[in-house]
Amino acid sequence: MAWGLLLPGLGVLLFAYAMPMLWVLRMAFNRFTGGGGIEITLTLDSFADVFTDPYYLRVALTTVKLGLLVAAITVLVAYPLALFLVRTTSKWRGLLTILAIAPMLVSSVARTYGWMVVLGNQGLLSAVLTGLGLTDTPPQLANQFAGVVIALVQIFLPYAVLAMTSGFGRLDATLEQAAASLGAGRITRFLRVTLPLTLPGVLTGLLLVFVLTISAYVTPRLIGGGRVFVLASEIYDQATNQLNWPLAAALSLVLVIVFGIAVTVFGLLQRRVERWVSGR
Amino acid sequence: MRTSGWVQRTVVSLVYAFLWLPILVVAVVSVDTSTFLRFPPQGFSLEPYHTVFTTPEFTTGLVSSLIIAVFTTVVTLAVAIGASLAFTRHTFRGSGTAQSFFTSPLLVPNIVLGLALLLLFAPLGLTDTYTGLVLAHVVLCLPYAIRTITVSLSTVDVAGEDAARVLGASPWTTFRRVTLPLIRPGVVAGAVLSFLVSFDEAVVSLFLSGFDITPLPVTLLDHLETQAGPEVAALSMLLIAFSLAAVLAVERALGLGRSLRA
Repeated sequence: MAWGLLLPGLGVLLFAYAMPMLWVLRMAFNRFTGGGGIEITLTLDSFADVFTDPYYLRVALTTVKLGLLVAAITVLVAYPLALFLVRTTSKWRGLLTILAIAPMLVSSVARTYGWMVVLGNQGLLSAVLTGLGLTDTPPQLANQFAGVVIALVQIFLPYAVLAMTSGFGRLDATLEQAAASLGAGRITRFLRVTLPLTLPGVLTGLLLVFVLTISAYVTPRLIGGGRVFVLASEIYDQATNQLNWPLAAALSLVLVIVFGIAVTVFGLLQRRVERWVSGR
Repeated sequence: MRTSGWVQRTVVSLVYAFLWLPILVVAVVSVDTSTFLRFPPQGFSLEPYHTVFTTPEFTTGLVSSLIIAVFTTVVTLAVAIGASLAFTRHTFRGSGTAQSFFTSPLLVPNIVLGLALLLLFAPLGLTDTYTGLVLAHVVLCLPYAIRTITVSLSTVDVAGEDAARVLGASPWTTFRRVTLPLIRPGVVAGAVLSFLVSFDEAVVSLFLSGFDITPLPVTLLDHLETQAGPEVAALSMLLIAFSLAAVLAVERALGLGRSLRA
């Protein structure tokens, strides 16, 4: 009975999810013979290409750097907002929560376009900066790494807020009041009470934004404008323009491995933080 | 405490402003008269919106996206309701594993899933077909629909279902007359989310679309690289308005936070 109910779903997932994923894994060990030709074999050629070519090494490093930077900044920006949403007793709380999460469901292509208008050569930012007389040569953030970072921070902010507000469950106003009545100043209270209690949520937010960033394709392609190369854009280029499917598959595996390393590292950190928070 | 409250309010307001800035900017540019990307706007006009609906590239993209989203939503709901019933109303070996499997597509980067689907579907002739695109989108939407429907199923009292069965109703009648009306909020939220996820999906569709079928987000993506005038802003604005309407629908049905929290 139960398996009967699951059967249609299992069918779809096996055909359009499990099989393709296994096939991409297998494809990474085939040989590319040029011009879209693929020899079915078992070779490490594509991995050798990825790990010996300084270009791919640089692309992988850019991807990880982008992931770490965007994760750190996003969580830093999302923290005060998440804290506010968890603590507030305002009657507008529901609306404020929706305002913080709703952009998550707005097409990332449309939002990236918004950033192209803001950061572009004749965009809002340069208009404001030159208008205020701050600079005659506005910063060229479109087509730059910095522009990609700014746009991705905004795009992933709702995810971080959502992860952090659900991770802040242990935050209890009475603990902070207790610390205050025992004479702890505002900074001590934050460092010794609020921060440790919110750290698990912060870590979840960091991991989530990191994995979302290293997989992002649309924003690096549009804002990076052919100057910022990440694993995702390289995978697409190899698969559709060069028709080098084995290399595209190998690059995908590299991406999945980075993903796996991140999950493992954050898992270890999470356990350590749990022990630290509950142990004291 | 009073100074810190003021500081906090300022910081939180700035974060909200940052979050909504690109969306507001798109709204402003979409009614501009200038023909290329610039700020401030040169004048007010609704012409860009007219252009969107008279450009064949955009209208065919819109039609393709709607067809894909409708079929994706129907298939996703049918599959997700069955699976959610199995997860919440039956105990069987491998239930936990199956549940993780059904929600795991959320964890796979879309760029990897898109490539994987291309490599398998291309030799099978499924790229650039509605069948291929709908199957791919169902995989992407299933985790959301299963999430909202299981939330609904697990908060509903099973006593009504038991009573119906005791009184001789068949499992199908029990489901249709008792369970389905009770879990409607979850089903509605799942349907809206599935429709939206499918309608907005760009990356996986990019790998699977071709000359015959180009969904709207893919058209928009291609357009943004070459020209990014007001008609593109108008199109983006329509996508944004559509998403915000969906947000309200999900919020009213089940609650946005409950629906999206993984």
